Amino acid sequence: MCHQTVSLVARHLEANGVSTAVMGCARDIVEECGVARFVFTDFPLGNPCGKPWDAGMQRSIVGSALTLLERAWMPRTTVQTPFVWDNDGWRDAFMRVDDGNREALIRQGEERRRLQAQRKTGR
Amino acid sequence: MDNLRPYRSFVSYMDRSREYYTAQGYAKPYAWAHFDDVPFAPLSKPLPECRVGLVTTAGRPRTEGTIEILFAKRETYANPADPPPTRLYTNDLSWDKKATHTDDIDSYLPVNRLAEFATAGRIGAASPRFYGVPTDYSQKSTVERAAPQLLEWCREDNLDAVLLSAL
Repeated sequence: MCHQTVSLVARHLEANGVSTAVMGCARDIVEECGVARFVFTDFPLGNPCGKPWDAGMQRSIVGSALTLLERAWMPRTTVQTPFVWDNDGWRDAFMRVDDGNREALIRQGEERRRLQAQRKTGR
Repeated sequence: MDNLRPYRSFVSYMDRSREYYTAQGYAKPYAWAHFDDVPFAPLSKPLPECRVGLVTTAGRPRTEGTIEILFAKRETYANPADPPPTRLYTNDLSWDKKATHTDDIDSYLPVNRLAEFATAGRIGAASPRFYGVPTDYSQKSTVERAAPQLLEWCREDNLDAVLLSAL
């Protein structure tokens, strides 16, 4: 959802003359929305500008965004940074639905809807 | 070629979240923003003369532990970039808390890295403020309220370009 939000803001800024580059890890959401410039890093969600405490990687990713500001000549320009996460386990684990958590997810949904209804009625 | 895969490597969060919330009992899938046309503003001057700002979806630091945190109202904000913040509030956002952490602010709001680029002359200057935008299920709210406010701040700070990062 964060990726959609920044994409919508980027589009508004571009439409009003401010150049933008989005840095993110959810490629489908950003490209579906459509932005001028996008620096994609294939990491788990949370570190779109590089691994924590890795200043060199962060400098490279932010540098790519700056380069894209200068060199992109048309919208929907995506570049993918060369960095890879330590393992691929996160890909299947994030928001996973399987027989091991299906009942727990139903209960979580019910609880969330109960809290939302409670909040709406002010109780 | 490193290896072969029968599926795309990067995660489709649109697919993944639809399946996840369906499993939680939400009947109607979320409808994501899609546009055929994309606005494009070329830089109006060389980058070493440009003032550049940062936008994040992380929130201002807040106190943990209230039940309301799940539904707490987030707001659009502008905060000083100097001294740089050391952390922002990210716990209410849907990032991968099992795989990583947000203890290093430059991993999601590169305020120190951008300042270094300014010192090195790669950009003209970093904005004196950074900007926060609340992640919102309502696209209308983002487009009609948050985005115009951010544009106004960009103009107040005479920005030529903005880097936006999503948690």
